[in-house]
Amino acid sequence: MQAATKVTERTATAASGSPVTILAFTGDIASTSKDAIMEAYHGLGASVTKVLLDFTSADYINSSGIAIIIQVLLEASKSGTRSIGIFGLTPHFNKVFTMVGVAKYATMSPDEATALAAL
Amino acid sequence: MKSGSSVEVRLPSELGFEKVALSTAASVATLMGFSADRVEDLKTAVAEACINAIEHGNQLNDSLTVGVVLSTTDDELEVRVIDDGCGVNETPASPDMDRKMLGEEDPRGMGMFLIQALVDEAEWHQGPPGKSFVRLVIRLDKEKK
Repeated sequence: MQAATKVTERTATAASGSPVTILAFTGDIASTSKDAIMEAYHGLGASVTKVLLDFTSADYINSSGIAIIIQVLLEASKSGTRSIGIFGLTPHFNKVFTMVGVAKYATMSPDEATALAAL
Repeated sequence: MKSGSSVEVRLPSELGFEKVALSTAASVATLMGFSADRVEDLKTAVAEACINAIEHGNQLNDSLTVGVVLSTTDDELEVRVIDDGCGVNETPASPDMDRKMLGEEDPRGMGMFLIQALVDEAEWHQGPPGKSFVRLVIRLDKEKK
């Protein structure tokens, strides 16, 4: 019953001129998303230092899905070289991510242009 | 919408079916006149309550169902999510993101916190199989504040 999560990778350039990798999610962000999200994250090259997670096309997010995003933040933090930003959340999920503390470890932006400008 | 109306849904104990309950709750709340942001809060709270019932209460047992009962009054919507587990007797703890980032706390375990944070009332009741439930309430008077 959960819609499969698809993760599409693309690149962009931050306002600072640095390359940015964007992982764009479609479908559900739930417990069933773990393989899709973690495989996409683990597939990033070691030279990638700035990553944006794009939730613009995510259909449904629950706490199990947020836990997977926290796992990504944890791995990025452990790397010591990689920063994670988030954009495209609805106002409701922006509130939810902030409530659980995700905003403390990831820059939250309303859209891609704002997210790239902040990097 | 007439006060005292009631809607019941039974869900298979399979993850994903919580979306049926959240859609139903959203439809009822919208009919009652709740604002869009309150409806979004309710959707997440109902989804998390159903996920807990499916995963922990019924332990994904496909021979069991989760009951969702929505009851209305003039100014509040009550949602009961009923499962066959033995219920919850702990107070929802706030997630500690610092500890999660240190790997000292499970990244999961945020559902009960979100439920309590997003509705006006949340109570967990323990009971015999088929009688344990979480009761959620959102009130229309909060809309005026």
